[in-house]
Amino acid sequence: MIEAAPPGSSRGRDVWLRFRRHKGALLGGGFFVFVLCFVAVGPALWTVDPQFIDIQARNSGMSAAHPLGADQLGRDMLARLMAGGRASVAVGVAAMLLSLLIGSLIGVLAGFFRWIDGPLMRLTDLFLALPLLPLLLVVILLFRDTLRTAVGPETGVFVLVVGVIGATSWMQTARVVRGEVLTVKEREFVLAARSIGAPAHRIVRRHILPNVLSPIVVSATLGIANAIITESALSFLGLGFPSDFATWGRLLFDATDYLQRYPSRVLWPGLAISLTVLSVNYMGDGLRDALDPRTRGR
Amino acid sequence: MKQPCLTIAMAGALLVSGAATAERGRDGHLGVIYWQAPSILNPYLSGGTKDIEAASMVLEPLARFDEAGNLVPWLAASTPTVANGGVSADLKTVTWTLREGLLWSDGSPVTAADVVFTAEYCLDPAGGCSQLAKFDDVTAVEATDDLTVEVTFGIPKPYPYGPFVGATSPILQKAQFADCVGAKAPECTEANFKPVGTGPFRVTEFRPNDVISLEANPRYRDPAKPAFATVTFKGGGDAAAAARAVLETGEFDYAWNLQLAPDVLEDMQAAGKGAVVSSFGTLVERLVVNLTDPSPDLGDARSTRAHPHPFLSDPAVRKALSMAIDRNLLVEIGYGRAGRPTCNVVPAPAIYASDANEDCLARDIDGAKRLLDEAGWRPGPDGIRQKDGIRLSILYQTSANAVRQDFQALVKQWWSEIGVETELRNIDASVFFGGDPGSPDTYQKFFADIQMYANNFEGADPEPYLGGWRCGNEPRPASQWQGENVPRYCDEDYDRLLGRMAKTGDLGERAALARAMNDMLVRDHALIPLVHRGRVSAHARSLGGVLLNTWDSEIWNIADWRRIR
Amino acid sequence: MPVYTVRRILVAVPTLLLISLILFLLLDLAPGDPTAQLPLTIPPDVKERIRQSLGLGEPIHVRYLLWLQQFFVNEPLHLLSGLTGLDLAGDRARVISWQTRSPVVDIVVERLPQTLWVVGLSYVIGILIAVPVGIVSACRQYSWFDQLGTFASMVGFSVPTFFSGVLLIVVFSVELGWFPSIYDTTHKVTDWNGFLVQVRQMAMPVTVLALYNAAQISRFMRASMLDNLKLDYVRTAWAKGLPERTVVLAHVLRNSAGPAVTVIALGVPGVFAGAIITEQVFKVNGLGQLLIVSIQASDIPTVQTLTFIFAVLIVLFNLIADLLYGVLDPRIRYD
Repeated sequence: MIEAAPPGSSRGRDVWLRFRRHKGALLGGGFFVFVLCFVAVGPALWTVDPQFIDIQARNSGMSAAHPLGADQLGRDMLARLMAGGRASVAVGVAAMLLSLLIGSLIGVLAGFFRWIDGPLMRLTDLFLALPLLPLLLVVILLFRDTLRTAVGPETGVFVLVVGVIGATSWMQTARVVRGEVLTVKEREFVLAARSIGAPAHRIVRRHILPNVLSPIVVSATLGIANAIITESALSFLGLGFPSDFATWGRLLFDATDYLQRYPSRVLWPGLAISLTVLSVNYMGDGLRDALDPRTRGR
Repeated sequence: MKQPCLTIAMAGALLVSGAATAERGRDGHLGVIYWQAPSILNPYLSGGTKDIEAASMVLEPLARFDEAGNLVPWLAASTPTVANGGVSADLKTVTWTLREGLLWSDGSPVTAADVVFTAEYCLDPAGGCSQLAKFDDVTAVEATDDLTVEVTFGIPKPYPYGPFVGATSPILQKAQFADCVGAKAPECTEANFKPVGTGPFRVTEFRPNDVISLEANPRYRDPAKPAFATVTFKGGGDAAAAARAVLETGEFDYAWNLQLAPDVLEDMQAAGKGAVVSSFGTLVERLVVNLTDPSPDLGDARSTRAHPHPFLSDPAVRKALSMAIDRNLLVEIGYGRAGRPTCNVVPAPAIYASDANEDCLARDIDGAKRLLDEAGWRPGPDGIRQKDGIRLSILYQTSANAVRQDFQALVKQWWSEIGVETELRNIDASVFFGGDPGSPDTYQKFFADIQMYANNFEGADPEPYLGGWRCGNEPRPASQWQGENVPRYCDEDYDRLLGRMAKTGDLGERAALARAMNDMLVRDHALIPLVHRGRVSAHARSLGGVLLNTWDSEIWNIADWRRIR
Repeated sequence: MPVYTVRRILVAVPTLLLISLILFLLLDLAPGDPTAQLPLTIPPDVKERIRQSLGLGEPIHVRYLLWLQQFFVNEPLHLLSGLTGLDLAGDRARVISWQTRSPVVDIVVERLPQTLWVVGLSYVIGILIAVPVGIVSACRQYSWFDQLGTFASMVGFSVPTFFSGVLLIVVFSVELGWFPSIYDTTHKVTDWNGFLVQVRQMAMPVTVLALYNAAQISRFMRASMLDNLKLDYVRTAWAKGLPERTVVLAHVLRNSAGPAVTVIALGVPGVFAGAIITEQVFKVNGLGQLLIVSIQASDIPTVQTLTFIFAVLIVLFNLIADLLYGVLDPRIRYD
């Protein structure tokens, strides 16, 4: 959202200046950039194929050839952590954005326009009631082959996984945002804006959205963690990426059986997930403070 | 903790049976954990292993298989054979005689009428009996007197031990199930949850998909057994948790079917609380090769015999794929003591197991490359072999589980070494093994090039199993995609051997025929056997008498289990 | 407000019917098969006969109407008969599970206690931790307490229960031997020792779930407190010299409870839905385990009944959340 603002605009610069003053946000942002580099640039520096099986090295500990050791088949853990991060971060961020978009849209619409509140909230009830697993099976039955031929197997699965996670996790955001909108829209400044005849879209953009940012930011941080973990559950059920395709959640799941013997194997993916989520959380905190209209200019 | 338990057990034993059987129930409580929880205790309404094995503590058949796969009389006085006159000379009639003095756990006598009723119960067309195949070709089941039953088949049966044999076909009590026949079968919840049986235990509480509480059957035929007064049969969780409860925390005495990575299991055993046991039946993990074209462009003719596979129909390719696999390593990584590399689809019993295919055990990458070169498959610019514009690119599917994922990754790498590209796919087991004709992902539809799963045959006779691969038995749209011939194999010579086996009664000749058919299947590489899989279970060190049995219920001899002090 | 409540309840009936239809269609379309778990040694034609005996040969609208009748007419009649001792139901068919061949509602009733004990208690504890932590974190933003709380809740939320559960078992059951790793659902609390056994076997699953719930709720609590602490009326209250306790508890808390109330209300149906993974890890075998086992076995009557009961609870608690919103913030007008 920071990037979206034109560089020259005073509002964008204002937000950026305030974001920079927030120590936690800077630290979180810095770490997140590091994670992005690790997963995006890392594979170019550490060129071991994450799927290559070096059977002699299986279950080996840290060594020059395998800095983080190798798994039960002898695949390099460092390479798998990088490749896995690529998938997990991409899925986490994309699914979170999708779920945030749907959730905020529905929440704002339902809260702001009374006539559409009922139908939208009943739709939310329906989605809350749908059991995830059969839904996934149906989605895969209907769309997997179409997507596979349209965009290739791995991109197809990516679109599917992001779509499914996004489409089944927006309800909480929608309910919370709606509740906040209901409160905010009765506040004096909104009533004032309305009384001077401001169009609805401007009221929503200028007055409502900035004031319901807090729950959206919290949803975003929780959403990333949720997406990364849901993805691991999906691929174990045979509904996500192919089995030799590493993701953080997957690495953690596969290593759980080896918890006592090779604790480092659960440590790295577990740490990666937690720290990424933590960094997003701090960034979110900073971003919310920076965008908060009530504290701006103080 | 031990002392009060013992006292209660003694008191319980005295209460139920009086002085004459003071030994029963002397060892107190037994805890068994199955990571799949039993749903029902009527084997005729559920074919699931968990349900059948749980029911085997209560319900018993006329004869069953021991841990070596031999038929032993159980409720019957002896096993009928042609030699002892129990099986007629034309192989069409079998006469079973019950032991004398058998009682149901409610005190009523077991009679031939119960056996006859059991057949009627299963054969009722509206009942949806899971064990119907055990009664194939049965035309009549009649009681000739209180203890004698005659089973008549429509055709000569060289192997007549289907009905009433093994844990899948036990005897039900007529008095309890008389009103539960046919469409009414599912309504008898009480009977299905607490069947009256002849076995060493009877149910006191049944919580479906959770836990069963049992107590010693006061009218069990051996007054000194069972040694345990009560049993808790817990279900649910996963294999690792079940193993932990026996091997590491000692909360339970016996854990079933621990399909875990061998090093994980060994670490747990090192805690010293329990022992891992394994035993081999006929289960073989195999690759099935699609001999027909699964291309989506073919529409209704996809994966049918109308279109042979573009490259897997070439025997050289199939053989090369098999040669590239290191079966010893697969066993080492996936199964440890619970697996053996194999080149046969019929790995046991010993007389049926062929020894003519052992050359597959040694991995031979160079040989595989040479074979492909000779057959005209040359590496293309991307390293993948091709011929006439056809690339050796394989879609390899299986049902999702941890060991199979490792196998997939290994096999993919080996095939890439010989210039074959592989895409992996995992499918949820409830879809893969389901028969939904609307789903493209069932193992029967086989919309992939190679798939991997395990299969076995029941009891000790491979004839029906080998009969699966006959011409015309392949799944296809006309058969609603039902049929056991998943590779779509068809060979007239094979069918001829099958025809001969159906008419042969002599065990030696039958074995020779079975070996010949097995050799045809694996030398044609329609099936690529990988691992002969055993059953692995674990018991507490203090539990004695466990004889792991893969031919029948695993806990078939629970009456003999005891506490070692 | 009463008019609004009545209208919402009236709308709920067709909504729920529609949800039940969509659930049924979804389950029917899903590519599972009730005979998939049977061994491959059972031949395909026998499996086909099993499917027929389960009623799968009937067209979908017949099966749906049958379920509607069984659930909405026959089950209440059986319930009434049970309560009054009169035979009102006759031999009307109940909703029968395909796996166990027994009435689904009976299984649900049997499993409710352990689910409510474990999942419900963990939810209550989660809330009891989350609310004060959220409040203190917000009042002392960026203090060491806040930082620690943030860290703990983020780790609590981002470490999946399939891992944290196993970790607890390895530490507390295997290494230390304090708690059992297998939950005994047949255990009955009759005396003090029995109660201690119950506490011990609940300790680990409740901890895992409570942490997870607390993490989520405390984040929403903190964020919304922070928002309100900056508002004018709070500044006014400070300026008037009111003590901190009064400002926070009397003014800010009430006005910032909204998001937390929504999240808490949304989570209550989840309590009844059980916690699938945690129940599996600790073998609690409650409603979550029932649902997942039934889905894996394609036991459509059970899955349909369970999900529909959840749908009723979801609609109900969303209504409650909306009403609470109105109470907490009188400015909100629904009518």
